[in-house]
Amino acid sequence: MSRPANFPGEPDSSPEIAREFGLAEEEWDRVLTTLSRLPSYAELGVISVMWSEHCSYKSSRVHLARLPTTGPQVVQGPGENAGAVDIGDGFCAVFKMESHNHPSYIEPYQGAATGVGGILRDVFTMGARPVASLNSLRFGRPDHPKTPQLVKGVVAGIGGYGNCIGVPTVGGEVQFDPSYDGNILVNAFTVGIAKTEDLFFGVAEGIGNPIIYVGAKTGRDGIHGATMASAEFGEETESKLPTVQVGDPFMEKLLLEACLEIFATDCLSGVQDMGAAGLTSSSVEMADRAGNGIELDLDAIPRRTKALSPYEMLLSESQERMLMVAKAGREREVFDICAKWDLDASIVGRVTDTGRFVCKATPGYDPFDGTGKPDPIVVVDLPVDLLTNAAPKYDRPQQGRDEGATLFAMTGDAPEDLGAELVRLIGSPNIGSRSWIWRQYDHIVGNGTVIRPGDGDAAVIRAFCEDATGTREKFLAVSVDCNGRHVELDPYGGAAMAVAECTRNIVCVGAKPLGLTDCLNFGNPEVPEQMWRFSQAIDGLAAACSALGAPVVSGNVSLYNETDRKAILPTPTVAVVGQLEDPDHRLGLGFLSEGDVIAHLGRPSRGVLGGSEWLVQHSGSVSGAPVGIDLAAEAELQHAMLNLVRRKLLRSAHDISDGGFAVALAEACIAHGRGAQVSLPSSEDAPAHALLFSEEPTRILVSVSPSKVGEVGDICERYGVPFEKIGTVAGQTVAIEGVCKVPVEELAESHASALDAIVS
Amino acid sequence: MRVAVLQFPGSNADWDALHAVRDVVGADAWYAFHKNTSLGDADAVVIPGGFSYGDYLRAGAIAGFSPIDNAVREFAGRGGPVLGICNGFQILTEMGLLPGALTRNAHLRFECRDIYLRVENEGPFTDMGKGKVLRLPIAHADGRYHTTDEGLADLEREGQIAFRYCTHGGAEPNGSDANPNGSVGDIAGLYNREKNVLGMMPHPERASEAILGNDDGLTLFKSLRRHLGFA
Repeated sequence: MSRPANFPGEPDSSPEIAREFGLAEEEWDRVLTTLSRLPSYAELGVISVMWSEHCSYKSSRVHLARLPTTGPQVVQGPGENAGAVDIGDGFCAVFKMESHNHPSYIEPYQGAATGVGGILRDVFTMGARPVASLNSLRFGRPDHPKTPQLVKGVVAGIGGYGNCIGVPTVGGEVQFDPSYDGNILVNAFTVGIAKTEDLFFGVAEGIGNPIIYVGAKTGRDGIHGATMASAEFGEETESKLPTVQVGDPFMEKLLLEACLEIFATDCLSGVQDMGAAGLTSSSVEMADRAGNGIELDLDAIPRRTKALSPYEMLLSESQERMLMVAKAGREREVFDICAKWDLDASIVGRVTDTGRFVCKATPGYDPFDGTGKPDPIVVVDLPVDLLTNAAPKYDRPQQGRDEGATLFAMTGDAPEDLGAELVRLIGSPNIGSRSWIWRQYDHIVGNGTVIRPGDGDAAVIRAFCEDATGTREKFLAVSVDCNGRHVELDPYGGAAMAVAECTRNIVCVGAKPLGLTDCLNFGNPEVPEQMWRFSQAIDGLAAACSALGAPVVSGNVSLYNETDRKAILPTPTVAVVGQLEDPDHRLGLGFLSEGDVIAHLGRPSRGVLGGSEWLVQHSGSVSGAPVGIDLAAEAELQHAMLNLVRRKLLRSAHDISDGGFAVALAEACIAHGRGAQVSLPSSEDAPAHALLFSEEPTRILVSVSPSKVGEVGDICERYGVPFEKIGTVAGQTVAIEGVCKVPVEELAESHASALDAIVS
Repeated sequence: MRVAVLQFPGSNADWDALHAVRDVVGADAWYAFHKNTSLGDADAVVIPGGFSYGDYLRAGAIAGFSPIDNAVREFAGRGGPVLGICNGFQILTEMGLLPGALTRNAHLRFECRDIYLRVENEGPFTDMGKGKVLRLPIAHADGRYHTTDEGLADLEREGQIAFRYCTHGGAEPNGSDANPNGSVGDIAGLYNREKNVLGMMPHPERASEAILGNDDGLTLFKSLRRHLGFA
């Protein structure tokens, strides 16, 4: 077979170019051995991007296999564009989370916007109509000079995209920590609804079927973006601007409507969006899943710029593009619907039985300005398998920490005025109100947002599920969580805590967890200490997902989150989708009625302050003994909680997490401007400030009408969950006996202004 | 009651409007696609929220020249009730069916939250009585109503101001964020001189059901139904 040709002006492949494209030396050797020839320039681009960490998961695959991915409710597990869980009556919830960290640091608005665009496409590519989005954000320390600009840009970008396309952004989380100073995190989540029997998959099936390109034209934006996402940041980071893509949410809206209309005609055999590594990964992955080959005619690629080379077309990450495999003979239906929505569509190739990824293009021919005549030559001819299953896979060395290095107990000095301390803490950027953020998101479009941001521990969405028999309303709860500080102190326990907090948030609004998606943000996997954190965190996630009934159905790994050799806190962000049996089960976090009993459910505190916001503020570092988690106790707590909500015995529920007991209590008071008179829950012997601010998991604060208290106590007892009445909803102050008494209004003001210093 | 809900390619609150009018209020309702030239046999028209044609130029600017527009102009010209919500309000000003313009919010951010507004004048959509205070959500970046001093005086004289932003208790914002976007005269919604066309930035269709925590918006649709003579 003749060797695929370089395009005029392209150099011959060489070890130097391979290195520049991000291939390791042994990977270059492997290319040569496998091909028994030099790859063309375009081929080297294709190989390097498909073998990048971002596309190949080469450092993480061996570990990801340990995650639990099955369950009776799982309709689609990992490996497709998104995962799916059954929500009854033939419908499923389709969801996934993805990172867009590196682009968002370089260009916050467009980086974040295209992160949202990418995850929306992953979901509607499956045939699902997106119904809600969440995001998880990490920024550097609040007083870092770049933080304000990054926060404003990222929030505006997420809003700019989601608001326009009309998918409500209903919640999220944000944390500020110096470890993210040079490497912020932007993780975007979307859930959609589909009829299970109508789910679409990314498969290039049917030999001879045409490949149709739909959507925006190809430009030079984002070339080699996936490779950028697979390298550390250094001083030259800001010069990577051309690798950031630019989003067009209106185009995506057209694509969304056109795709759902096309899917309904059943004229496609497969579809995939062009995300990371663009045309290359979408065609290669579809061919791989079907065990087929694909041949592309690059001369036919719609373009918006002159003189695009095959390398550029194959690696461009221009946004809002889809690749469809139509059933032969039904192309017309695709074109007609695209015309209705004013979208470009062209046939750019076909499915083959060769198992090879072949691309042809004509040197000197440019359809953009009509130069030359098409007379294509082969520029890429690679086995699909080489780019997928046979891509490198590493079990990289790990190095654990010396036991006890950070594992000493640490409580900090007890503050004199605990009330003033609470007012200060609840107004700090990591604890206070996020309303400045979520007010910039249209969180109500679609008439489905039943619990809005800030009103409950999770958002609750009403999804309209339409089929031939009519429209059913189904109620989903969604939450996203992780606290990297606890993961840093104890990667196993901290990762398990992230899952536990997320599922706890879901049960606190009255829903049963169904499935989980993750976004694993870590440092350089080639550093054994970082690899160890990753591996430990996987085990923690696995244990918690199994214990708490939330199988992993989709996810994403983002490694190399380092700048100048400084890694971020290990941040295995998780998002959980749950379902309410009945919308009347829903619960907010705020105390509703004067005289209601306030009760503490779950494990008594030991006053361990490790990793807590309070201790970080006082010690200046992420330190202290890890708080640990008992997954069996957590599972019992969550089961008891679900039983309580189904019997409608509670008035409100709020889990105790960031900021500890005192913050949870204050938040429940601030929500509707009601006071509380309580005593500290029973605990092990510890100083009052440790009991107020410890972030130990497995605890929920509820309010109950006085007539229901007995029944609530009985049910908790049946589950072996400690239940303790600690006081009542009363007055206008947060009064904790013998500890502090603070006006709710003072707390509310502090809470409301938490982000002012950063954003005003 | 038969209601046509316009559907531009970038409309995104089209479902919100259809759901409220059809499933909650009980009207016959359908989408009228922007490429059509007929509204169908409608008693009323809703122009919903969204980003009509992307709105990269100016909110609603291109929608002022779309194929469905003539049908809307003709319908409005016959005195048919037209409600433009959010982007729909922007489009009505671009079409010239309502005076003035909607510009970028004073604080330059998109803003989504509940606000309060007071009924200033009665009309087909506002028979709930002058002075009535409603809580409705807003969700927009370009909701700052602007007109000249003369224009404002005209609106007041002709009784065209349908809603003004107000505080929880119904008081004037007096420069506070009770006016969320800096609109001149605290104007939140506006009738044409004939009072059959209403444009408003807040979203009544997103606040018409108890499960959404608010059904104040339903009062507008009930008013419309009464105006059209349906019980």
